[in-house]
Amino acid sequence: MYRANILCCAGTGCTANRSQEVFDSFNNALKKYELEAEVKVIKTGCFGLCQKGPIVAVYPDRIFYAHVKPEDAERIVAEHLYKGRPVTELQLSDEDLATNETIYDIDKIKFYEKQERIVLRNCGKINPEDIQEYIALGGYAALGKALTQMTPQEVIDEVKASGLRGRGGAGFPTGKKWQFEADQPGDEKYVICNADEGDPGAFMDRSVLEGDPHAVLEGMAIMAYAVGAHLGYIYIRAEYPIAVARLNIAINQARELGLLGKDIFGSGFDFDIEIRLGAGAFVCGEETALIASIEGKRGMPYPKPPFPAVAGVWGKPTSINNVETLANIAQIIDKGAAWYSSIGTETSKGTKVFALGGKIKNTGLVEVPMGTTLREIIYEIGGGCPNNKEFKAVQTGGPSGGCLTELELDTPIDYENLTAAGSMMGSGGMIVLDEDNCMVDVAKFYMEFIADESCGKCTPCRVGTRRLLEMLNKIIEGEGSLELLDEMEQLCHEIQDTALCGLGQTAPNPILSTLHHFRKEYETHVVEKKCPAKVCKKLLDYTIDPDLCKMCSLCARSCPAEAINGVPGKEPYRIHPTKCIKCGNCYNTCRFGAVKME
Amino acid sequence: MKSLEDLRRMREEALKKVNVREGDKDYRVVVGMATCGIAAGARPVLNRLVEEAAAKDYNCTITQTGCIGMCVYEPIVEVYGKDGAHTTYIHMDPDKAVRVLEEHIGQGHVVEEYTVNAARK
Repeated sequence: MYRANILCCAGTGCTANRSQEVFDSFNNALKKYELEAEVKVIKTGCFGLCQKGPIVAVYPDRIFYAHVKPEDAERIVAEHLYKGRPVTELQLSDEDLATNETIYDIDKIKFYEKQERIVLRNCGKINPEDIQEYIALGGYAALGKALTQMTPQEVIDEVKASGLRGRGGAGFPTGKKWQFEADQPGDEKYVICNADEGDPGAFMDRSVLEGDPHAVLEGMAIMAYAVGAHLGYIYIRAEYPIAVARLNIAINQARELGLLGKDIFGSGFDFDIEIRLGAGAFVCGEETALIASIEGKRGMPYPKPPFPAVAGVWGKPTSINNVETLANIAQIIDKGAAWYSSIGTETSKGTKVFALGGKIKNTGLVEVPMGTTLREIIYEIGGGCPNNKEFKAVQTGGPSGGCLTELELDTPIDYENLTAAGSMMGSGGMIVLDEDNCMVDVAKFYMEFIADESCGKCTPCRVGTRRLLEMLNKIIEGEGSLELLDEMEQLCHEIQDTALCGLGQTAPNPILSTLHHFRKEYETHVVEKKCPAKVCKKLLDYTIDPDLCKMCSLCARSCPAEAINGVPGKEPYRIHPTKCIKCGNCYNTCRFGAVKME
Repeated sequence: MKSLEDLRRMREEALKKVNVREGDKDYRVVVGMATCGIAAGARPVLNRLVEEAAAKDYNCTITQTGCIGMCVYEPIVEVYGKDGAHTTYIHMDPDKAVRVLEEHIGQGHVVEEYTVNAARK
């Protein structure tokens, strides 16, 4: 029995910031103070506030420490755990803007206050490598309830009534999907967990798998029971090594306890799970390509119908659900559809996890009820843009999504509203852009990604995205024209109409949505040949203000093109416009702000 | 594991692992663990409290705090109820601590003779 637990984040973000060393130094410090028998250090999943990582929580006091370095461990042990004095200066805190007081209470900290954690309920609370901790917090009770007290149809009806929709992006009603498969004849059926999270900047699924893998296994087992499957695959990218390792541990532990395998809960129901590693191709998140990849074929989509529910993996009925969707299932069975559907909006029930990134103070993982506004997420939870920069747009939905501006910030988030506003829910990546971001450059970033990830099966996507990227490059290099913009827009619509799979059809979205909201910015690029955000280097002009120039020669010495002339101490320096390669070295070296960029 | 009953039993066993992280206990037992407390013997008191609370499954968390300011009365153990009421026990030793758990946490009666109020009379 331990009187205190130290929970050390072992998610990918914190691990990259040396949380393994922090974990080790806590153990060493506890040994030194002879507290190993009283205090236990536990590795746990993501706390969400990755910006402040590595995060360490001490229970029962519920005190959270931020940015913990290995050398801080001894101090926390000596002060907090030995003498009982929390080390306030290392504590995670928030400023109360009204009273100017510092808040240490974790439930009152803005980042957590607005959140409602259903999917992430155990992340940062349990040791994901210990099935007993999951069971202690009520784990596998829902599976037990489903197998022993409910018929498969009752399970499907419950999920239907909950209003849960697919969290992978498209938002198809989960219960309906299960019903399709359940209605298929035959007894060889499959279920698949889609863990091929591929959107740039998205890490919701990874965090769930790393922090609470059993929630996903339990959800899969319930789904398998509902649709009549006996084998499930988790398709996960090999780029998620921590998640894969924890899944393997979790599957083995569940098998040992008979929660996977034959005759689960004495109900006669058999179910097992296998992991299939993906090589990290974006298109394999598309369900038909994913199925091909599981079968050992090249990961390319095929036309639907037949839908996977009719002929999926090995040509048999298959249901595919995303990690986050599955992590909701046990809670729905446990607490009931009425509870779940009481959260959220008319058309979108429950919560959604978002990965907040980009120009935002509190980078991290947040879970909010559907219907929360973008403003609440970006400003109240995320803390707004850092360095007092002005908010410009937020990109949601990954490469298939789009940008939303100030005008849409008060839109309550749900599937329909985001689509109506010109973006989409997507899997939950949310990248905040500020005044320093050029929207053409942002579109180019996504288009590079898509052109790279196009599987090549259909021409519109394979060739079309490449052409779009070339057009964007022309604009960025100052060779664009208004006609080019029109041509680009037309090509976008053609790709939308003709590409084979969902990824190809949505591939032009980054351009279309930025064009829609920021056409002026594109026009400035092609007409005036200027980049208002000063990002596109070829469109910038560097000059030296002779009144500010101190004739120190630093700029001339930093210039790799010998484009700057002047005489030290005698004659102000000048940049030769045709020799200048616009590398920005002089701008960065000048200590007097004499180099101007516009 | 072959039934819901098996799962329930396993859960009860497993709860011991995590219950220190579950906040909703009726009582919070706080041991003064500053230099004065430790010198006066607070550590064995704390250890015994933790063992005993775990063994008998008392509805409380055991935690520690710094100097309460009455060093002369150390080791000091304070018991906080859910309503915010708190009792200060002084000159504790492991056996007295066990009695506080038994009577105060277990039965809800304050052990008057150990309290700071009794000493002041």
